[in-house]
Amino acid sequence: MNLIDEFRDKQSILALKKLIEKEIKNPINIMEICGGHTHSIMKYALPSILPKEINFIHGPGCPVCVMPRNRIDIAIKLASMKDNIFCTLGDLLRVPGSDFSLIDLRAKGADIRALYSPLEILEIAKENPNKNIIFFAIGFETTTPMSALLLEKVIELNLKNIFFHINHITVPAPIEAIMDDENVQINAFLGPSHVSVITGFEIYKPIAAKHKTPIAVSGFEPVDIMESILNIVRQSNKGTFEVYNQYKRAVSKKGNIKAQNLVAKYFEPCDFEFRGLGVIKNGGLKLREEFGDFDASKQFDCMVLSKNENKACICGKILRGLAKPYDCKVFAKACTPRNPIGSCMVSSEGACAAYYRYSKVNV
Amino acid sequence: MKNISLAHGGGGEEMNELLDGIFKIFNNDILNAANDAAILGNIAFSTDSFVLNPIFLDDEINIGKLCVCGSINDILMVGAKPKYLSLAFILEEGFKIKKLNKILQSIQKECFKAGVLVVCGDTKVVPKGKGDEIYINTTALGEIIAKKETKNIKAGLSVLVSGDIGRHGASVLIKRNQLEADIKSDCKILNKEVLELLENNVKVIAMRDATRGGLSAVLNEWAKQSGNDFLIFEEKIIIQDEVLGLCELFGYEAYELANEGTFVLCVEKEDEQKALEILRKYNKNANIIGEVLKEKASRVILQNSFGAKRFLEVPKGELLPRIC
Repeated sequence: MNLIDEFRDKQSILALKKLIEKEIKNPINIMEICGGHTHSIMKYALPSILPKEINFIHGPGCPVCVMPRNRIDIAIKLASMKDNIFCTLGDLLRVPGSDFSLIDLRAKGADIRALYSPLEILEIAKENPNKNIIFFAIGFETTTPMSALLLEKVIELNLKNIFFHINHITVPAPIEAIMDDENVQINAFLGPSHVSVITGFEIYKPIAAKHKTPIAVSGFEPVDIMESILNIVRQSNKGTFEVYNQYKRAVSKKGNIKAQNLVAKYFEPCDFEFRGLGVIKNGGLKLREEFGDFDASKQFDCMVLSKNENKACICGKILRGLAKPYDCKVFAKACTPRNPIGSCMVSSEGACAAYYRYSKVNV
Repeated sequence: MKNISLAHGGGGEEMNELLDGIFKIFNNDILNAANDAAILGNIAFSTDSFVLNPIFLDDEINIGKLCVCGSINDILMVGAKPKYLSLAFILEEGFKIKKLNKILQSIQKECFKAGVLVVCGDTKVVPKGKGDEIYINTTALGEIIAKKETKNIKAGLSVLVSGDIGRHGASVLIKRNQLEADIKSDCKILNKEVLELLENNVKVIAMRDATRGGLSAVLNEWAKQSGNDFLIFEEKIIIQDEVLGLCELFGYEAYELANEGTFVLCVEKEDEQKALEILRKYNKNANIIGEVLKEKASRVILQNSFGAKRFLEVPKGELLPRIC
């Protein structure tokens, strides 16, 4: 038995399934905020063993999916500039910009690198003193502390050739925006546990109270998700709307204060345009004014004209929980992981990618 | 498809598209059989090129051992005994002779173990910066003992895997990213277990080593080639905890990670235990993982421990780590 096996244990899953079946009284629309949950739910085929009253709705919690095309175009512009080495995390490289993706640009010879950890940039900068190293920072509260730590190291080491393009976003703001849409019918949320490791689980309290929706901060393994669903079912039956911390093994009430302080030292809130959701007040972060020397958006020409999104793509609706990937006319036809039209099909956290990968046909 | 991308070398859907698309001009029955090695009468013939970054994974495993194992295993997979090997090197200017020596010694050692002779070769040098230290091409020849062809896959066969999966791919990732984990590549020649299966007349129908694209690529290729569905039981596939941990960290599927000493077999149901006994002598993690179904929809269906099913997709794109 190890930390993984325990949370994929057959007997525990089947026992939780029985309890959910026994206790469920009303249909419940559960939005999984994070794309990681969508993938776990589909990978373990949980809808096939859960009662039909449980309806999963994918939320906006995939940093690649919610990145507007304009920011992808800025990334492409920065990566195209002579003497720049462009670094970013994971599958942002695949997202189509107005004309092509970063991966296409890399095939044409641009120096574009996918990082496993932002701190790799320190080595890249030392090895390439005559180049500008651009870090295109992306992600929710989970990855922001790493960007802040990188900046702290850059200042400490007095490195002058590293620049940050900050695209960090926060989880509560888009959730508020979704709940304020009167068409949305969400009865409960699965909250991403890795975000709460940093923020603490209390950040969801105002949302749960204001919108009268239970929120279960859940781990990503099938036992975690099943346990969280059982809690949601029980809260729904009782009519309570509390924040349940399922992921007690790593999430505390207040979170990682040291990481929060590090983020606050270098970043401040800003309005941010979310793909499919529009501009959300204080939905993102930017570098504080005093760190302008490191800010790629100030040090380089980032003006771009972006083309409109493809009209057939309904990623925006999917991200608001108003449509499922199957409802999209181009899903699994013109839009596939290899030829994505929308970023929900690109990202390994994206809803369309999860539905395509694991369940495009009923088995 | 306008340009070659890194994904075209990944052993997944993009590479298949390349083979089924522009490479189809070489259309002939021998090539179209799509076995690991071409079958020319009683001769098995296979070629492969090796690029590895970094070129040394540990004291024992490096691009030299890999190039011998890769080619020899391809010959074994069609039921042949490997006999001869050619070696062609593309070296980058400035490459250390000491490193080359170490690689050649690994090649020599593996060839000796397999009873294979290096009978011809070639060396080219490219200017500094125009290569990645060293590329090796190998061609292997072998003598067919009991011909195994993937075209003979049919409903009712048992599917076995000769060991735990994903260790080679994971060990490369560990080394490349300077991480620390107790993961050793499975890279090895499979001559002993394969020849024992053949000499004992175990009713093996087809074999394939699960290299690029991993277990997932092999099963999907077989499903496509035979037209049959494959039902695979997830809990029967053994994955080392450290490999699983790495996959969790980066967001990869262990089924898609490369192996270099693990192969997949289709065996007549009546002989599945006999095959398993032999395989377990060489790797305790060998297992019967599923069966070939009658349904003709070319799908690989993965059933998890609590009975839910999903598809095991063909690997796609380049492996990129997840964002969060």
